[in-house]
Amino acid sequence: MLNITNLKANVDGKEILKGLNIDVKPGEVHAIMGPNGSGKSTLSNVLAGRDKYEATAGTITFGGKDLLALEPEDRAREGIFLAFQYPVEIPGVSNLEFLKTSLECLHAYQNKPLLSAVEFLKLAREKCKLVDLHTDFLKRGVNEGFSGGEKKRNEIMQMLMLEPKLCLLDETDSGLDIDALKVVADGINTLRSPDRAFILITHYQRLLDYVQPDFVHVLSDGQIVKSGGSELALELEEKGYSWLESGTEQSANPLKV
Amino acid sequence: MSDNTVIDERINSKYEAGFITDVEMQTFDPGLNENVIRKISAKKNEPEFMLEWRLDAYRQWLEMERPAWAQVNYPEIDFDAIAYYSSPKSQEDAPKSLAEVDPELLRTYEKLGIPLHEQEALAGVAVDIVFDSVSIITTFKEKLAESGVIFCSLSEAVIEHPELIKKYLGSVVPVNDNFYAALNCAVFSDGSFVYIPKGVKCPMELSTYFRINEMNTGQFERTLIIADEGSYVSYLEGCTAPSRDENQLHGAVVELVALKGAQIKYSTVQNWYPGDENGKGGIYNFVTKRGICHDDAKVSWTQVETGSAITWKYPSVVLLGDNSVGEFYSVALTRNAQQADTGTKMIHLGRNTRSTIISKGISAGKGSNSYRGLVNISPRAEGARNFTQCDSLLIGDKCSANTFPYIVSKNPSAIVEHEATTSKVSDDQLFLCQQRGIDPEKAVSMIVNGFCKSVFKELPMEFAMEAGKLLEVSLEGSVG
Repeated sequence: MLNITNLKANVDGKEILKGLNIDVKPGEVHAIMGPNGSGKSTLSNVLAGRDKYEATAGTITFGGKDLLALEPEDRAREGIFLAFQYPVEIPGVSNLEFLKTSLECLHAYQNKPLLSAVEFLKLAREKCKLVDLHTDFLKRGVNEGFSGGEKKRNEIMQMLMLEPKLCLLDETDSGLDIDALKVVADGINTLRSPDRAFILITHYQRLLDYVQPDFVHVLSDGQIVKSGGSELALELEEKGYSWLESGTEQSANPLKV
Repeated sequence: MSDNTVIDERINSKYEAGFITDVEMQTFDPGLNENVIRKISAKKNEPEFMLEWRLDAYRQWLEMERPAWAQVNYPEIDFDAIAYYSSPKSQEDAPKSLAEVDPELLRTYEKLGIPLHEQEALAGVAVDIVFDSVSIITTFKEKLAESGVIFCSLSEAVIEHPELIKKYLGSVVPVNDNFYAALNCAVFSDGSFVYIPKGVKCPMELSTYFRINEMNTGQFERTLIIADEGSYVSYLEGCTAPSRDENQLHGAVVELVALKGAQIKYSTVQNWYPGDENGKGGIYNFVTKRGICHDDAKVSWTQVETGSAITWKYPSVVLLGDNSVGEFYSVALTRNAQQADTGTKMIHLGRNTRSTIISKGISAGKGSNSYRGLVNISPRAEGARNFTQCDSLLIGDKCSANTFPYIVSKNPSAIVEHEATTSKVSDDQLFLCQQRGIDPEKAVSMIVNGFCKSVFKELPMEFAMEAGKLLEVSLEGSVG
């Protein structure tokens, strides 16, 4: 589904990704972990096609297409969804209006029949319930005045509505209390299916207690330095990242608070 | 239809109202002197008092100076190069019904999407149609007359209701108020007249559609609305003009009189030709609009200004009576080389008077957008309150936004609040939309519509949708 080969990418002229390889098949859940500054967010931004994140070498194919040649909106229409680390506010544009516009754009591109207003509203209300957001949220401006946790739940709600093929979650778990974290995890688990893949970008093991990954990759200095099964996440939790960076094992974990 | 065709079509139809109607016109030679004014007055069979009023205004205008304080730049206007009267020949015999109106004129309004046939019209909207210097037709006159409402062209009112004209014309905007208002008094051609009797809630929305068609003419329309005690009326105006390389002058005056306990809601969607992307052509929209509120009365202005090369207008409210209310809701959009200097004046004279100002300025391209507003609390205005909110939205990095709020408070019990923000359509907002599959142009129009929401909700339903669409068209190509 997604194949990244020898990807190098710059941000403001500085090389952040330095030859990254990853292969994601339908149905798989990949967790990408790593210390701050290792390039985790750069990877998600390059995949989604954000300005200023410039791929300088390597290839990314998604569903057989050259992803780097597509505009960000077309990547979304092809089925890539990014749950943002810091969702922005769009004052005055209601969630309902935003979602409807988004869904219409996706369905038009995918030649799916458009939903009627009634069907759409019913669907939106259902999804709100799944992420424990009151349906009043639909009438409020996009992320306008939402708490951090509400913003993240709203991202998951959008993901549930749009039913993407590949879900990228960029540190969606950061700053969440345990209840919100469970809601996010439930959202992901609801969507897990044999034809859908996930890339969970995270700093901590926490989310992975609720969403069992098939693969865990450790990103360090723009490269994947170690890959393994879900047990690797537990090992990281215990040992921290430095043993991978320096190549020597350390027992103290600076990340454990 | 593929996606591309839709986009192409929309790019090619930037200013959809820019066509020219080909009918035989009778137009005065350019130039302005007392003789021209006499000719205008004679054309309209005006009574002597009207002619004298015009001539007096003209003589005062000659002594006045062009205002130079606004944040707009334009070359000196040659007032002798403008034709001051232009009318389709077929209007000579003043058609009494739609059947008598030149079909070519009717087609013009069909193309603009203005329903004229009463049976096809939007339920509950009566329309007065002004084409260059004359009113073509007013719909639903008989139906309105049943409730005592007078809705006709101003020319007709001068003849049919001289007592109301004598009493109220120039009572809100005095003849010598400003340079362009004085010019309008001298040469005004046509416009709408509304009178709502005591205690009557006008049964329909009233509207006037202004169209400039002829080249090198100026349109000097004048509208007078009188809401008698305890009455209510909602009035809408719309404006368009052909795309031409020459600038054309539009110098209107609108006066609203809200007597004790009356309410007037006045909405404008201004879409005069804005000129091309290099600033060539377009309408100079120099307009004086003012309402006066007696005790317990309310005047509410809502405007959506997307057109014109230059907009210079400050719909204002004189809060003369105690407990009266003034409101101003505005969206002004400038793009390409458009310039807007617009805002309002709230003059608090009565006790416990209240005013609200919500202004949303949007600048794109090389557009310049200024809010200029005055809140004036007189010593007598015990307990006066004002709330002002001015928000500016910038799209791109070549445009500008300015805010010039003037506050004069001479009563210590007054409460005046002013809030202002300036924001940009951010890359983060655009990227969020794109990541959800929404293309950048649609995203910008959605974000801008959201920004304007608190003003749009003040517009009557059909107008709110119209305004939203208008913004969408006007913003095309402003991303990137």
